[in-house]
Amino acid sequence: MQTANLLPLVLVLAVVAYGLAYMRSRAVAAPLGGIRNLKALPFYYAARAALWCAIPALIVLATWAGFEGKIIQGIVIATLPPDTWPESPGQASLILSQISNVAAGKLNPEFVPEHIAGAASVLEAMESRSENFKATLVLLIAVLGGTFAWTRVAPHINARKNVETTLRRIFFVCAALAVLTTAGIVFSVFFETVRFFNRVPITEFLFGTSWSPQTALRADQVGSDGAFGVIPLFTGTLLISAIALLVAVPIGLLSAIYLSEYASKRMRSTIKPVLEMLAGIPTVVYGFFAALTVAPFIRDLAGLVGMEASSQSALAAGLVMGIMIVPFVSSLSDDVINAVPQTMRDGSLALGATQSETMKKVIFPAALPGIIGGILLAASRAIGETMIVVMAAGLAANLTANPLESVTTVTVQIATLLVGDQEFDSAKTLSAFALGMLLFIVTLLLNVVALKIVRKYREQYD
Amino acid sequence: MTDQRSQAEIVRKSLKRRYRKERRFRLYGMLAIFIALASLVTLFADIISKGHTGFVKTTITLDVNLDSELMYLEDPTDADQRSMADFVAPIVAALQEQLPEVDGAGEKRELGRLLGTYAASEISDVLINNPELLDTTQTIEFLAHDRVSVYVKHAGNPRYSIKLSEQQQRWVDELLEKGVIDTSFNDVLFSRGDSREPANAGVLGAIVGSLLTMLVTLAISFPVGIAAAVYLEEFAPENKLTDFIEVNINNLAAVPSIIFGLLGLAVFIGLFGMPRSVPVVGGLVLALMTLPTIIISSRAAIKSVPPSIREAAEGVGASKMQVVLHHVIPLAMPGMLTGSIIGMAQALGETAPLLLIGMVAFIVDVPGGFFDSATVLPVQIYLWASSSEQGFVELASAAIMVLLTFMISMNALAIWLRKRLERRW
Repeated sequence: MQTANLLPLVLVLAVVAYGLAYMRSRAVAAPLGGIRNLKALPFYYAARAALWCAIPALIVLATWAGFEGKIIQGIVIATLPPDTWPESPGQASLILSQISNVAAGKLNPEFVPEHIAGAASVLEAMESRSENFKATLVLLIAVLGGTFAWTRVAPHINARKNVETTLRRIFFVCAALAVLTTAGIVFSVFFETVRFFNRVPITEFLFGTSWSPQTALRADQVGSDGAFGVIPLFTGTLLISAIALLVAVPIGLLSAIYLSEYASKRMRSTIKPVLEMLAGIPTVVYGFFAALTVAPFIRDLAGLVGMEASSQSALAAGLVMGIMIVPFVSSLSDDVINAVPQTMRDGSLALGATQSETMKKVIFPAALPGIIGGILLAASRAIGETMIVVMAAGLAANLTANPLESVTTVTVQIATLLVGDQEFDSAKTLSAFALGMLLFIVTLLLNVVALKIVRKYREQYD
Repeated sequence: MTDQRSQAEIVRKSLKRRYRKERRFRLYGMLAIFIALASLVTLFADIISKGHTGFVKTTITLDVNLDSELMYLEDPTDADQRSMADFVAPIVAALQEQLPEVDGAGEKRELGRLLGTYAASEISDVLINNPELLDTTQTIEFLAHDRVSVYVKHAGNPRYSIKLSEQQQRWVDELLEKGVIDTSFNDVLFSRGDSREPANAGVLGAIVGSLLTMLVTLAISFPVGIAAAVYLEEFAPENKLTDFIEVNINNLAAVPSIIFGLLGLAVFIGLFGMPRSVPVVGGLVLALMTLPTIIISSRAAIKSVPPSIREAAEGVGASKMQVVLHHVIPLAMPGMLTGSIIGMAQALGETAPLLLIGMVAFIVDVPGGFFDSATVLPVQIYLWASSSEQGFVELASAAIMVLLTFMISMNALAIWLRKRLERRW
């Protein structure tokens, strides 16, 4: 039985356990003179039975489903004759996909070598055995768990405490999932990065000035080793992010100031949500806009004044990205401007300063750390943004500061290197993970610093 | 005395300049808002102007004589005969009836090119379903070729007619006049999956893929997010571990989405051996991505439940867990729902992580389950937008409009919920 069917079945069993335990708790309570003689309400006995039924079974199911594929693959490979054992992970995945295609009936067994056809039948047998075994085990555990809890429906047992402790633990696990996710990110990126640095020295990666990850399919091909210098990617990312910030910071900051200091309440409550729509629009839509409207427009405009612009200019991607992060900057600046105590504002105005002077000479300096924190957060968002640059920036790694030329970014390279089929052990694929690691570290640092500044600033006025 | 007067004088003199500065500053603020709003309007206008034609299809309606001799087909139920038959010939013949001046094999071939790529299979489908219609005349509606469609939709704009020869343009004009070629609402868009042919491509496959992915995301991130928020707000002891969890959540909220794609690729596909391009993996990745958003907004909702409620419940003897389950969570639910809907809307528009887990494959069939290969709306938009054909660009803009409609309705729902259910204490 498949995992997808097993899951609802376990849940049904849990509901059954709930019902049975509920009835039993009532039955147990009846001769004692009603449910008030139980240590807990019938609901808790029932809920405990349902938890006992579902949780262990689901844990076993998840573990099994998570690892069955890999283990079966390992066994299937081991049954191949020793002289056909794969030499590299790439070859192994090729053989495995052949085997599974034969097993799924997509490939005629007569067209493949005999050992593969044999392995396919092994695979089929293993899969069906695994499914049967999994179903039996999971259902058995569910039934046993439910039965156990059912037998423990007794007046002297405080089921409420059990249920509450379990729930509390479940809540904790859910909260800890965030830690697990971070760990998952770090480890998934880290191991591949280490493998990458085994092939390409870390100094070449960090300080190399040329990026062309095309590695040859055959060893004897011309230009077989790609260049993995991250500098052009990084300057490209910085160029586009800088353009974006040049657009977003003035617009975001000024509109936040206007809305918080000058605008009437009504204007504020209509314009703010509209501005926030800019943040809600999917990035792929911005990418579309940048690539198909803004970029050709900039190219034509540059042509009119006699300059030459690439049709995938950094300027187009940067401008559109800037528009995208306007609401981000404006809502963060709005927060920090509002956090400046009203007394400072009143004091300045009472001395005869105009509103703009109060803003520029009193509130802005006071809010500056918070605003800088906000800008750093916006920068980290711009650096990590993917779709706009994938669609509107180029692929060629040019080391340039000219916004009319085409540049590429870290995220573009990650996306293009990993889209489509890839073998997991070529330097080309691994380099994407190294770039991911770099991106993760840079954005993490920016965020940590920004949050620290913002927090420190808030404490100052609290 | 003189000193004071001169100071007052200085202030008065400078007033004009200062007021001017004040006005200028105000103007800058208005200008900034104007630029932001203008970009929003431009964006929408651009997409609507590019995409409205995507909702229109161009059809060629013909009385086709299903002549068995012309098609070299005697028995439509015979698959072998069908594979040899010429289904295009009767359509071209019917077209020729409308355009008597067409003559010669070359012109006939040119005429046939007005038809969509799948016109032949439309005839064959008719005959498979109703073999008795052989040798009768039927009125059948065909999809026109994308080139014709683009030409018709942008009539008079020379930029869009370059793909048709002048002769073909004349024919199309004539057929348009006769009402043979006509435009109508593009129902294909909402009833089919992707296709290599713009006229035959639709967003249904992507919509269903998005729906399946979102279901997985919702099923995971909503309960887990609320549980995590409840733990952190109500149960977490003040210690290093809790701090660590909080720092992690805040940082995850700012991790670039493409990194979650790397996580999905390495863990779900690499480590657990899950298949590529399936809604389950997409949903899992998006769930991890939206979790921080949901946790943060749920925590705010829980925080806004006044302590008096908790104290009252505890006062009548409820346990901590009962307080939370019976009072805090129901009261915080509107806020949690709002946060979750906004998080889901974000996930619906997310593209980058799904590229990495292989949801960019070209998939024609509408997915039927969580383990079927699928694509989602934003990825479909990306795929169509990267194509150079005008027909696909139109479709991409049309799909953007569909996506934005979904997102705006989700956000409107969130706002409505907040207005309707939120209590002020």
